Amino acid sequence: MFFKMAWRNLWRNPRRTTVILIAVVIGLWSLLFLNAFMRGAIEQMVENNISILTGHLKVQKTGYHSDPVIENSITQPDEVKGVLAKVLPKEARYTSRVRLQVVASNARHNAGVTLVGIDPEAEAEMSFIGDAPLQGRYLSADTPHKILAGRALVEKMETQLEYKLVLMGQDTQNEIASRAFRIRGIFDAELESTEKQYVFVLKQAAQDMLRMGPAVSEFSVLLPEGALLPGVAQALKEALPEGYRVYTWRELLPLMDAYLKMFDGFIYLWTVAVFIAMGFGLVNTILMTVYERMHEFGLLKALGMKSGWIIREVLAEAFLILVLGMAAGNGLGVITVEAMSGGLDLSAFAAGAEFAGMSRIIYPRIVLQDMLVANGVVFFLGLGVSLYPALKAARFTPVEAMLQT
Amino acid sequence: MSMDAKMAWRNVWRNPRRTSLTIAAITFATGLLIFSFSFQFGSYDAMINAAIQVHTGHLQIQAKGYLEDKDMRQVVEHPEAVARILKNTSDVKDYACRANAFSLIASEDRTYGGLVIGIDPIREPRVSRIKTLIRKGAYLDKAHGAQAVVGQLLARNLKVGLGDELTLLGQGRDGSIAATVVTVKGLYATGQDEFDRSTIQIPLSFFQDTYAMRGAVHEVVILGRHLDQVNQIRHRLTPKLAQIENPKPLVALTWSEIMPGLIQAIKLDLTSGFIMYSLLVIVVAFSILNTFLMAVLERTREFGVMMAIGIRPNRLTKLLLYESTVLTLMGLGVGWILGVGVTYFFQQHGIDLAGSSEILAQYGISGRLYPRLSWASMTVGPALVLIITILAALYPALRVRRLSIVDSLAYA
Repeated sequence: MFFKMAWRNLWRNPRRTTVILIAVVIGLWSLLFLNAFMRGAIEQMVENNISILTGHLKVQKTGYHSDPVIENSITQPDEVKGVLAKVLPKEARYTSRVRLQVVASNARHNAGVTLVGIDPEAEAEMSFIGDAPLQGRYLSADTPHKILAGRALVEKMETQLEYKLVLMGQDTQNEIASRAFRIRGIFDAELESTEKQYVFVLKQAAQDMLRMGPAVSEFSVLLPEGALLPGVAQALKEALPEGYRVYTWRELLPLMDAYLKMFDGFIYLWTVAVFIAMGFGLVNTILMTVYERMHEFGLLKALGMKSGWIIREVLAEAFLILVLGMAAGNGLGVITVEAMSGGLDLSAFAAGAEFAGMSRIIYPRIVLQDMLVANGVVFFLGLGVSLYPALKAARFTPVEAMLQT
Repeated sequence: MSMDAKMAWRNVWRNPRRTSLTIAAITFATGLLIFSFSFQFGSYDAMINAAIQVHTGHLQIQAKGYLEDKDMRQVVEHPEAVARILKNTSDVKDYACRANAFSLIASEDRTYGGLVIGIDPIREPRVSRIKTLIRKGAYLDKAHGAQAVVGQLLARNLKVGLGDELTLLGQGRDGSIAATVVTVKGLYATGQDEFDRSTIQIPLSFFQDTYAMRGAVHEVVILGRHLDQVNQIRHRLTPKLAQIENPKPLVALTWSEIMPGLIQAIKLDLTSGFIMYSLLVIVVAFSILNTFLMAVLERTREFGVMMAIGIRPNRLTKLLLYESTVLTLMGLGVGWILGVGVTYFFQQHGIDLAGSSEILAQYGISGRLYPRLSWASMTVGPALVLIITILAALYPALRVRRLSIVDSLAYA
């Protein structure tokens, strides 16, 4: 009955109700829009980083993480492979790599790069190199003396396709190993630093050059959507023999993890700030409608309605307004984000985006958690502040209220 | 005070509760904007200063093209000539020469590629903070000597400590092989991981001998008196530099040209911040629009009476605009005082952002952030609020003109 009455009261003065509704809708819309935008930026940042040779999980020899040298390689990769095949969900993908800091040089320049020895087919499914625009051709099993280098590195070293790069690094015997590779492909990456840092050769070629035998530096795992990362990581930890460590991307990319956490905290703060801005309007309008209806509340009281009932009545009206406003605000927010699904181009700030590790194009993204936070704050705080006009309404005495014309 | 203004003032205080809530909304927005802008500017300052003081300096004089290519051969041939000019340029606080070479750095059992920087142990501390960032051991103390200070992360990767030897292997200016052995004298940690992982510093004259520099350097780093004077200093230097003979002409580059990423990251952050604040201001605008609109609706009868006694709609509009202006100005005033006060407090005491220290460290900032009040941060926010509230007040003020006397008088 309360809701029925509240509902009818709302539409007795549609103009007034509309005005309050607009406040709620605009507030919620701006929250959803901004959150979606920032969430898009930050999640892309995380995904970029995962695709830059990180993956969701990595298996490494204990000690490799803090000291990534060749002695800390996985010398029995088959042992790890067996465990991965047994423990991981069926759709998960994994691959092994050789990684080493080496110096790349040609006649004119030299630069420090990370040599990555890959299994070309498996790697293409796992990391950015599979999707990266490529000038020239990708590696295949019969190209042991070819190398893929990033556009920025190639430009820095003033070289081009089919030219030679000499890689120099420390092999398993602690000797300086060097070998010349011909550039087979030049890749573009989201971030210039990626283009400068990584060069790719066949895993076999890297193992030969560094005299590693079958050893690899790491296994990288990409889980299917919906798989629970901590659970899988735990299962792997238990199944692997001594001497290995499993890292999740949160451990591998502590900075990303910190960004995500900071962002979650920021969303709460921002939501509350927007709510305060909106709340003043909300309280003010509800308060005014209550004063406008002083006569009515006086009459209700004179008819024997208890104060508590009047509070419930006003709160019921606020509740309906909030629910209606939230529905419309969410709808509008989703439509706006949908309309912007083509992405927002930040190319004008490319170097800045690069500096912050962000993509050049941001795709806003609505996440259930952000939506719940925004709606939850608006709803509960909205009801909370409506208590003030409700209490005011309950305090009118019949006599003073009826005197009011 | 004209009669209209007087009436507006009284009308505003006829309903003190409503008025104070509206003022509170404006106050909140104004204060929040002042604080946020100051906070952003403050953190930009910290970021820029951190970067400048660790390595870049305010300006650098280099041979044209060195910034892009980092080629050993693109040198400043006569650093003394540059030094003479700098001594006679106003606002230049200090300067130091450096030379850089990418080399293989090898310890007993590890080899990494890194940047070997030759620095002048006497002058360098005047332009950079590295000396104060030595975490272990001591800074270089001899102008000439086979010693080095090493980035802490690089030292960890190389597995070396104080007193250990490092072999440097690179290419000299004339294309010859440059090789030498240095002793680790100290370790520095700037907080900028990339820098700490890839650099070592050795005395400049030792560097010049090893890499066959024949007295030349790669960059002359300049610290001005103040960050804002960078462009003026450059302006003064450019004609004088043209007179110095050098294989390639010398140029003065500012920190923002040397690190274009930083300034763009700041612009990007400022733009996204501006979007955020605009959205907030829009929400506030609707809050205020609502209140103004409701107030007008509530007073329909009153306006009917006024029109009935012969007041023109123009005057009613004017009256309503006066009222909203009074509200806005009061809100802005209180908000400005509160915003500036709170910001000033934190400017003195700093804000502890322990939770995000990893993120801050990436930009070379540690521990506390200090907001910084500036003309921009004290005016942009309030101006935004002023414009938007005036716009919000226009609609109800114009709407009142559509009222008909009869209907308004009949409005219950």
